[in-house]
Amino acid sequence: MSFDVPEDCQYLETHEWARRTNGTVRVGITDFAQDELGDVVFVELPAVEDRIEAGEEFGVIESIKAVSDLYAPVTGTVTKVNEELFDAPELVNESPFEDGYMLEVEYEDEAEFEDLLTAAEYAEQTE
Amino acid sequence: MALRMPPLRDAHAERGAKFTEFGGWDMPVEFDSIRTEHGAVRGSAGIFDVSHMGQIEVSGPDALTLMDRLTTNDVSALDPGRAQYAAVTDETGVMLDDTVVYRLPEARDADYLFVPNAGHDAEMYDRWTGYRDEHGLDATVENVTDEMAMFAVQGPDAVEHVVEATDPVARDLRFLGTAYTTVEGVEVLLSRSGYTGEDGFELLCPADAAATVYGAFEGVQPCGLGARDTLRLEMGYLLSGQDFDPETDPRSPFEADIGFAVDLDTAFVGRDALAAAAEAGVEERLTGFKLLDRGVPRHGYDIVDTDGRIVGTVTSGTMSPTLNEPIGMGYLPVEHADPGTTLRVVVRGERKEARVQSTPFIQ
Repeated sequence: MSFDVPEDCQYLETHEWARRTNGTVRVGITDFAQDELGDVVFVELPAVEDRIEAGEEFGVIESIKAVSDLYAPVTGTVTKVNEELFDAPELVNESPFEDGYMLEVEYEDEAEFEDLLTAAEYAEQTE
Repeated sequence: MALRMPPLRDAHAERGAKFTEFGGWDMPVEFDSIRTEHGAVRGSAGIFDVSHMGQIEVSGPDALTLMDRLTTNDVSALDPGRAQYAAVTDETGVMLDDTVVYRLPEARDADYLFVPNAGHDAEMYDRWTGYRDEHGLDATVENVTDEMAMFAVQGPDAVEHVVEATDPVARDLRFLGTAYTTVEGVEVLLSRSGYTGEDGFELLCPADAAATVYGAFEGVQPCGLGARDTLRLEMGYLLSGQDFDPETDPRSPFEADIGFAVDLDTAFVGRDALAAAAEAGVEERLTGFKLLDRGVPRHGYDIVDTDGRIVGTVTSGTMSPTLNEPIGMGYLPVEHADPGTTLRVVVRGERKEARVQSTPFIQ
């Protein structure tokens, strides 16, 4: 089975992705992660203006069969929460890199991106 | 210890199943998605490999006595070709396992077959042979778990699939009726039963013929233990080791709300303790609830009353795929167990509102 690993994202070993667009970064979980979890039924996310810290838990995702913590790829302030997920958590399964994203974050330290995995490195990890 | 494997383990892996350890077995937990599989069983049909369930055959002149002494139901009431649900209890009335007891159709090698839960077959074999030897009973007990495969075909369309794979005898079987028939020339024990709340059948066959029997249901949605769990929980059915466990959560059949499977007029191990318990009434009972707030109740979460006092623990919980609502069960003091009672389930430190609901959760 092969999973989507978009080139324009960077990754954590814990299966979160980060996609940068002028000053903010979108965060979600990978195609591999959603497949491992199975049917996503619930996400618990921080609120707008909350601060998240690189490598720390920022939320929880639950599928029918499992509960999993979500880890922040970078440090910053939440500027947007994908509220669609509260009523339609299955978007994480259907579109993990687009409609199923979780947060937008205003990041603080560009250098933190250097610690993240590239698409190629992450793809290797999930092989 | 190496995991035990169902005969079709590799075929399931090839079909793309994900696996989980359950009761010492390496079992498919999911083929496509729990939601898809669950929906197929509620809406049309699905097939489960349940070869992890134990099979123990009991025969001989004292077979009936042995079965009757070690299970809570009235085995003497079983006609040939009929089955019944029962608990296995110890002297104190604590449930060790729950099981289905079959009185096999006439003229077979064994008189009775019972099906303990995954991983309990060796323990039950020891219990049966130990009791037999202690009381000088004349009965043969054989653990055939590793020689058998077991499948469950469940759902409103199950009868059509099973008639097609076997013969019209399937249509005439009543609930908990059994018959020998064949699938592609392989002899199977067919039983109208299951653990999903839907109409359906369970098929037992020799392990080396598993591929032939399973193959006769090509096109029927393969289902894993994940969907089996959500389906049984929507019905409020017990999961051994989770909703009761002699070590970590010892419970009587009355507490587990399966008093219907206890016949106090029979002389089984645990009968006197249970007669006293029936007289006294239970203090706690396995009770269903729905979560009204967002969240998913899980095994081990605390249940608190509206004052925040811990009154119980979640034994099973999930997001019901049929209702799209979080449901669960737990043992609660009877004064908190009336339908409509408001409670809280503590999910990661947060108290989520819950309401007691009678089971089954779906009609």
